[in-house]
Amino acid sequence: MADVELINVTKSFDKEIGIEDLSLQINDGEFVVLLGPTGAGKTTTLRCIAGLEKPDSGEVLIDGQNVVDDSPAQRDVAMVFQQYSLYPHLTVRENLEFPLKSPILNTPVDVMNRKVNEVAEVLRISHKLGNKATELSGGEMQRVSMGRALVRNPRIFLMDEPLSSLDAKLRGDLRVELKRIQAELGATILYVTHDQTEAMTMATQIGVLNNGRLEQFGTPRDIYENPSSQYVATRLGSPRINTLPVSVFGGAPLGATLIGLRPEHIELGSGQDCEVTRIEHLGDQTRLHLRLDDHDVITLTDAHTPIKVGDVIGIAPNNPIFFDASGARVV
Amino acid sequence: MAQIRIENVRKEFGDFTAVQSSTFTVEDGEFFMLLGPSGCGKTTTLRMMAGLELPTSGEIYIGGEEVGMKPASQRDIAFVFQMFALYPHMNVGKNMSYPLLSQGMSKSDAQKRVREVAKILGIEGMLNKSVSGLSGGDRQRVALGRAIVREPKAFLMDEPLGALDAEFREHMSEELRALHDRMGATTIYVTHDQLEAMQMGDKIVVMNHGVVEQFGKPQDIYDKPATMFVADFIGSPPMSFLHFEGLVLENSDSVVLSGERIAIPTQREAAQGKLVFGVRPEHVTLSDDSKFRGEILATEYLGTSQILTIKTLNGNLKARISSAQRVDVGDSVGLTFNEKTITLFNAESGAAIRSDLNEGSV
Repeated sequence: MADVELINVTKSFDKEIGIEDLSLQINDGEFVVLLGPTGAGKTTTLRCIAGLEKPDSGEVLIDGQNVVDDSPAQRDVAMVFQQYSLYPHLTVRENLEFPLKSPILNTPVDVMNRKVNEVAEVLRISHKLGNKATELSGGEMQRVSMGRALVRNPRIFLMDEPLSSLDAKLRGDLRVELKRIQAELGATILYVTHDQTEAMTMATQIGVLNNGRLEQFGTPRDIYENPSSQYVATRLGSPRINTLPVSVFGGAPLGATLIGLRPEHIELGSGQDCEVTRIEHLGDQTRLHLRLDDHDVITLTDAHTPIKVGDVIGIAPNNPIFFDASGARVV
Repeated sequence: MAQIRIENVRKEFGDFTAVQSSTFTVEDGEFFMLLGPSGCGKTTTLRMMAGLELPTSGEIYIGGEEVGMKPASQRDIAFVFQMFALYPHMNVGKNMSYPLLSQGMSKSDAQKRVREVAKILGIEGMLNKSVSGLSGGDRQRVALGRAIVREPKAFLMDEPLGALDAEFREHMSEELRALHDRMGATTIYVTHDQLEAMQMGDKIVVMNHGVVEQFGKPQDIYDKPATMFVADFIGSPPMSFLHFEGLVLENSDSVVLSGERIAIPTQREAAQGKLVFGVRPEHVTLSDDSKFRGEILATEYLGTSQILTIKTLNGNLKARISSAQRVDVGDSVGLTFNEKTITLFNAESGAAIRSDLNEGSV
């Protein structure tokens, strides 16, 4: 495994900007997640590191060496895609052996067997080694395609939304599993996704991308509790942070135009009166939709709340954050 | 608008039974969810209500009238599909007025109705636009509009938001529900997404393998699951199951897990053999005092809360606790449970055992 660093990397396609002046440091053994919507530049970043795209300018360093002119094979990185591509006519064992059989590596049979068995154990697919790839469930197939990357012991794993084609339950299980595997192997992973839950639950560091630029880089807790901009604040948290003009509550710091209130940062009881417009019982908690003057506000309360639609309740900010007219954080 | 009643409805396709003797009632004006994994029979059930499939046996009542064997055209309901099919060569207004004109309504009446409905949907400004240039959301609105203008007795929707991305889906589901609240039309909505069902539904039917597992209000189904399937299908993360063997007597209010006595709601029936202790993640608390212990296998940070995966002698469980509480993988922790919320299940049948908590719901 290795340190990977991007320095001022820019890549555009015709007139479209892919990534712009992006600098990013991925330390050995870290699980870095790049989070952003479609078009934010996540996949372009990954492809620049893999060697599938060449940056217009800037440097890509792997263990301190600039690799922009190296081929993907020379970089010794492993990529895992959203669509798992296994060889359907081969068994799980043969699929896992395949990368090791490449003429460049020329792995001895006993080493190959040992590696495949180890990886199969980590991925909990040992009992399926004799099965054809087509006999696996979606989750098993995705684990095998990760396994094909893991047997190689590359310098970094690059993962492009590997869980997004799976159903919700399996995604939840594999999130926990992937994090366990990463910790167990001490692997360095760069993982891109638009799913905030994946980013929050798995990452040691999150990079939030917006239009090809890195808006903020930090631990999940940093990014959730201390967003640097309105954009970052809206990317994490569900339901999403409420943003209202500061005039609604008053008492804002100089320069602030918007107050940002996460649903859990609203106190019910006193303060500004709102009408309850809709109630959603989600089971573990209840979501309240409120109307405050001309603004919609969403907050959370107990699962068994006595509050009803049409009730008028007071709300007050608790631990709000503020933004200026450009969306930058005001402290 | 109308009440819809399904009585002992069964549907077989050759040897395969898609729906096994289902019974439930959709009250007038309800937003009703048919929830389950793919292949559970929810879409077949909806299609039988619509008249697109005929039941093998059983009755379907719409507004008191038995319509089980009537064709779709005589049932006066509107079906909204996942892939909204619009006529590409007609503009928005014509797409919406088409069903009215083909029913023989005069052009001026049809236009008046279309304008009213367009206003409800917020698309009155685009009636003269071609449908081919519309965004996904607007196309969805037009498709809904075409269903609404007919003023049917009920709307049937088969995963109408399934094709949309997560963010837009959330927005449309709120819009759809708000529209329903304004019009009060009986709506039956098929989905495999438990959160969507909880969020939007007045009532939910949970189906699995062609069987109605449970029918009720979202919060009741969440709090008092009738089966392990329902407990596992609803909630994110779902209910955790701790396995144990033992004898639980009627009126008993505790069980013994790995030698520790743990309080539960007073049981209304006896059970013995392989049993399951079901607890939702938010009802687990870490407590040094408890002798029932586990080891933390994983932590997942979610902002205000975090989800812990904890290994116990009775199996793994999930706990949702405040993210302010610092815990590490590998920690050994004592566990306590909110006793009022515990459901016991029979491990073999998967059925909930009756108690003070779920009496009357299961």
